[in-house]
Amino acid sequence: MRAIVPASLAGVIFGAGLALSDMVNPARVIGFLDIAGTWDPTLALVMGAAVVASAIGFAFSRRLRAPLFGKSFFIPENRRLDSQLIGGAALFGIGWGLVGFCPGPAIAGLIYGIWQPWLFVAAMTAGMVLQRVVSAPRKAKADA
Amino acid sequence: MLEPLNPAFVVGGGLLIGGAAALLLLLTGRIAGVSGMFATVVRIADAGPPWKLAAAFVVGLPIGAAVTSILVRKPNIEVTSSVPLLIAAGLLVGFGTRLGNGCTSGHGVCGIGRLSPRSIAATVTFMAAAVATVFVARHVLGA
Repeated sequence: MRAIVPASLAGVIFGAGLALSDMVNPARVIGFLDIAGTWDPTLALVMGAAVVASAIGFAFSRRLRAPLFGKSFFIPENRRLDSQLIGGAALFGIGWGLVGFCPGPAIAGLIYGIWQPWLFVAAMTAGMVLQRVVSAPRKAKADA
Repeated sequence: MLEPLNPAFVVGGGLLIGGAAALLLLLTGRIAGVSGMFATVVRIADAGPPWKLAAAFVVGLPIGAAVTSILVRKPNIEVTSSVPLLIAAGLLVGFGTRLGNGCTSGHGVCGIGRLSPRSIAATVTFMAAAVATVFVARHVLGA
């Protein structure tokens, strides 16, 4: 598994970016989402810079046949918009707005010695399991 | 509002996040989507990267945050949300990111970076839902 070292490195850099830009701080995130209050543009600027860097990476990947430590690129090809995508994104957005945690910052925040990210990540795991349980019968029917 | 953050940290942090996503893609061929990686780690994903790769990436996140605390800045985090609210939010985020196949990283940073129509639609939707939620919580219910 040669990809483990690069994956760890990417994870560490990703987590460092979240911490450096204060995205690990739910109050900073809520400040951005609260457009009717004293709006905090930080998240928009962080996301803008992040998208530019990732776009350069994706553009460069199109010139490569395969990643350096892998057989091929795994890039989703589905381009169809459906109710699951939009409904899922809406539910995620409501949860994100309630406390200001999304998955990356909550997981990175597990090291700060506070209990809230632990509770959030536990509940998030339960939510993922629940989604799988709820969707399993429908999927089984679709597969049949 | 919180004290404005040093602009170098804002831009530098964003470039690190997007740079990490680019690095993961170019080195391993995988999309840096945290919700999908985490689902793989807790073994509830039907598809996705190998477990070891996902675990390596996910474990890296808090390590990166710890390194930043030691070397650069320690974020002053105060979470005021109640226990029921944290649980409700976690359930919604977990359920929604699986149903919608991604979160702020996979759809937001990576998906927009490659101009995926699904990711752009998802990002617009979760941003709008989050803004509406904060508006209702802060300015309608006054919490």
